[in-house]
Amino acid sequence: MATPSAIRSFLFEAGDIARFTGKFFSQVFRPRYEISEFIRQCFNIGYRSLPLVGLTGFIMGLVLTMQLRPSMVDYGVESQLPAIIGIAVIREIGPVITALIFAGKIGSSIGAELGSMKVTEQIDAMEVSGTNPLKYLVVTRVLAATFMLPILAILSDAISLYGSFLGVNIRGGTSFYLFWTQVFDNLSFSDVLPAVIKTFFFGFAVGIIGCYKGYNSSKGTEGVGRSANSAVVVSSVMIFILDLLAVQITDLLGFN
Amino acid sequence: MSGEVVNSKIVSVKPVIEIVGLCKSFGNNHVLTNFDLTLFAGENLVVLGKSGSGKSVLIKCIIGLLDQDAGSIKVFDSEIIELDDTELDQVRARVGFLFQSNALYDSMTVRENLEFPLRRHWIKVSQKEVNDMVMEVLEEVGLAHTIDMMPVELSGGMRKRIALARTLILKPEIILYDEPTTGLDTITAKEIIQLMMDIQKKYNTASLIISHDMNCVRMASNRIILLYEGSCYANGTYADMKASEDSVIKHFFE
Repeated sequence: MATPSAIRSFLFEAGDIARFTGKFFSQVFRPRYEISEFIRQCFNIGYRSLPLVGLTGFIMGLVLTMQLRPSMVDYGVESQLPAIIGIAVIREIGPVITALIFAGKIGSSIGAELGSMKVTEQIDAMEVSGTNPLKYLVVTRVLAATFMLPILAILSDAISLYGSFLGVNIRGGTSFYLFWTQVFDNLSFSDVLPAVIKTFFFGFAVGIIGCYKGYNSSKGTEGVGRSANSAVVVSSVMIFILDLLAVQITDLLGFN
Repeated sequence: MSGEVVNSKIVSVKPVIEIVGLCKSFGNNHVLTNFDLTLFAGENLVVLGKSGSGKSVLIKCIIGLLDQDAGSIKVFDSEIIELDDTELDQVRARVGFLFQSNALYDSMTVRENLEFPLRRHWIKVSQKEVNDMVMEVLEEVGLAHTIDMMPVELSGGMRKRIALARTLILKPEIILYDEPTTGLDTITAKEIIQLMMDIQKKYNTASLIISHDMNCVRMASNRIILLYEGSCYANGTYADMKASEDSVIKHFFE
């Protein structure tokens, strides 16, 4: 049972994150635009996450297929395996698992990096060097996370479906063409679009929470560790909350 | 209070920093209460005080990293709290700040660390001039060979020298030193203090040095302000302070 002080501190933190998000939006459209730093962050956040996201996506597709296959055989609908895997991966499992992996890798890295910059006065040094640290450090990282996660999720979906194709062929003989035809014939625009849109929100949540935790880090190296840790925990929970909201909204809009 | 001090080493009487009635609190912790300070051009002023007495808070207020609760801080006749972002950047370009922890950017090489203030303050110089300026300050601190190294590859003393080089690259008229010898062994600390003195002579900068290291205070100061219980307790030369019979002052100089 949550104590009143725990509820109060949760509400205070929620308020602080909302204020921090407000500061982000107050800076994002105002020059000077840190284009080169944004591109550098896209490379760090997007490209460097690709091997991990690709590997987990591949294993996810393969394992999901191998686990699902016996039940499908029992019900006599083995031929529908690619279609079911396709819908599950594209609509839900791909975006959410990719976002969680992303939160673990990028959320913690942003939290630790900014936290360590904060406690070693590098953020202050930036400010006295004529740089707005909120714009240079926070805006670039949040935007990079927001735009890179959808791309990673799409790539992860593709790799995951390839893993699934291999999984199908472990005990069967489905051609590459047939597998992909079955996947795409059962997918519609309303499956793909909401799944892609929600990954922008997942990416934004991971970026803003990682930056908030790092930017407000204190108490030396212990505080840096705590920032990295809580950045992952809070952004992971946030991903599930946003996913729940996304499902409700797509349901209301008739996409389900 | 600065008017009471007669110091032959002060080359000019023009104040570059004037602080009057500065107050700064964090909750119920009243760190600075009615603090006054004047720094003259070309002067080396040491602010001496115990750990946690508000010395670092003081210089962070001077450079605009913290807003004061009350009082006036004028740097080059500009009231810091009234400046907009652009004006504050213009003042900051004329003031160097050596951080206690050096604050070198871990993800950048020494060269990138030194180029950063030049690029960010929109200083209009060609790449060749940037390279020349970087080499000049690196040679000044005796570390030209470290230009492509990462900060993590440097020793504590080398990091301090590079941080000093980064402070120098914009040719500031004032340098604020926050505990410049903290974490250094005695020999390295003396080398850093000597370097600070050489720089001051060469560029005729005014220096405000925050310290509780008595070696630093003795070697570096033209004048000392003793910060005690949030305000200026005493103001004078090292010799004046050393000769004082006041129990608080004696506590520092014994």
